Amino acid sequence: MGRTGLQSKGSTRNHSRDFSTSGSMESRRALSIAAGRRTLPFASMEDDVNLRGQGSFPETRWSLIAAVRGAEPEARQRALEILVAAYWKPVYKYIRLRWDKDNEQAQDLTQEFFVRLLEKDFLARYEPQRARLRTFLRVCVDHLVANEDKAARRLKRGGEAQFLPLDFESAEGELQQIEIPSPGSMEEFFEREWVRSVFSLSLERLRQECEQRGKLVHFRLLEFYDIDEGGKELTYEQVARQFGLKPCDVTNYLAFARREFRRIVLDQMREMTGSEEEFRREAHALLGIAAP
Amino acid sequence: MKWLSDQALDRLRAAAEAPDLSGTGYVLLDKLGAGGMGGVFRVEHTALGRQVALKVMGIADSSGELSARLLREARIIAQLEHPGIVPVHDVGTLPDGRVFYTMKLVQGRQLDRQRDELGGVPERLRTFQKICDAVSFAHAHNVLHRDLKPQNIMVGPFGEVLVMDWGLAKLLDADIPADERNAPRQPPRFDENTSKDTAHGMVLGTPGYMAPEQARGDIEAVGLRADVYSLGAVLMFLLANSGRTAKALSAIAGKAMAEDAQQRYGSVEELGNDVARYLDGLPVGAYPESPVMRLWRWVGKNRAWILLVVAYLLMRAVFIFWRGR
Repeated sequence: MGRTGLQSKGSTRNHSRDFSTSGSMESRRALSIAAGRRTLPFASMEDDVNLRGQGSFPETRWSLIAAVRGAEPEARQRALEILVAAYWKPVYKYIRLRWDKDNEQAQDLTQEFFVRLLEKDFLARYEPQRARLRTFLRVCVDHLVANEDKAARRLKRGGEAQFLPLDFESAEGELQQIEIPSPGSMEEFFEREWVRSVFSLSLERLRQECEQRGKLVHFRLLEFYDIDEGGKELTYEQVARQFGLKPCDVTNYLAFARREFRRIVLDQMREMTGSEEEFRREAHALLGIAAP
Repeated sequence: MKWLSDQALDRLRAAAEAPDLSGTGYVLLDKLGAGGMGGVFRVEHTALGRQVALKVMGIADSSGELSARLLREARIIAQLEHPGIVPVHDVGTLPDGRVFYTMKLVQGRQLDRQRDELGGVPERLRTFQKICDAVSFAHAHNVLHRDLKPQNIMVGPFGEVLVMDWGLAKLLDADIPADERNAPRQPPRFDENTSKDTAHGMVLGTPGYMAPEQARGDIEAVGLRADVYSLGAVLMFLLANSGRTAKALSAIAGKAMAEDAQQRYGSVEELGNDVARYLDGLPVGAYPESPVMRLWRWVGKNRAWILLVVAYLLMRAVFIFWRGR
């Protein structure tokens, strides 16, 4: 298992930059699609976030699947935004590696997949009791690529084609940093990329929330410990000095950030699932813990 | 946003899974394992300076059903004060709404990993008797375990045995007594009506150790004898890998694991008594003996005396023969 050594063929398209996930404004753009230009319906700072819990539980505000299938255009649009934000990178990377497509072909196919998802009642065929959503989507991707010629003809017609502002350049850059999965483990690869995508979106949302609440240092501590693993060799006193905090604040702030991260991840799962049972299954898969 | 490496994903997963113990009086030390409903962590009670095990749900549930199940499990164990049943210390709710309880931190190994260290058949049977004692005590308090298996039995360094994981336990009483309904220190939402028992048709347990009626999901038929069946399977597990199994022991395990519940031992106590009789060299109820077999068992039991008498008679015969010359 070595590095991918994937080579980009052709230039990245101009429309790709709009889906960057760095920076506050950029991330807001990242979480919108061309047609909508609205931020995702994540919990705002005004939401009642009961930090002490006491039995608190994030309510199911709406179900993604129900919203996509529903008649209300605004809810449908928001649901599709979430779907695209969480799945486009796993889909792109999956097409690149599973189907061995060059980056331009993979971009076209990813575009085609999500445009179909947006245009058609694609999810009408999805039955939550039979399979997980991401399994369904992966199978649909396989089907699309297997009928690639048809898709290519459609793209060549040009006039009909719509493009989503997806940052393929960043996805391509990420592909250079991961190990090539074996052909037999592409399903696990897709799952892992889905987790990476959901965690990335959750972290970005956590960063925004912390920033708005004047608690950016909480987020920085989580970043330091859990993303960069910077705290491994340092004592709390040393970390406290580095961040200009009291030593006891380090544990409290870190606990806060981790608790909020967990809350946001689970919130996202609630938005992406259609039932309590599916939510629990997916959340357990996401957090890597045994299902009840 | 930074790209997340695989290692960062694992760390974030662990961070999101670890319970936030703020305000609970405990600090997290490490993870001990995962069970059906959630994880088990080693924590320290800061005021007492004592390490205990903390069991917590993986995810809070909106219906409160799983919270109620975990709380119910804690309450059931709390009623069972027995050296063979792990004691519960505390119950509460985490800041994110998850219910937890703490219990004695058991030093030891699961029976499935410890079996080969137990020694010969007599030692294994004595361990089995301790398991029977704990389960029998629970039955006397109208509690069925319903998930007895080697993985749920801990054996300590001094041979102590603890029956763990009462998550599937069933109360035989219609209701939890009123005096057991005192709210915990930090009461989670708890609707006792939601989780008193498992719905008919639902299969809970472990294949291989589950009684047939339990495997069928015939919940109403699951009674004391379902635990007897599971203990029979545990006995089989204990005897495996210990050389040739005596017919009487095979018969005991066979009777405990009879397909028809009515053909099994009527209670765990009966099962334990039969094993005790075997250890004492007495006839066991599960194995009717022919006169020859009875004689053979009698000979085996009194081998030392018989050898002494035979030796004496031989010496006497030699002496008479020598004097006759």
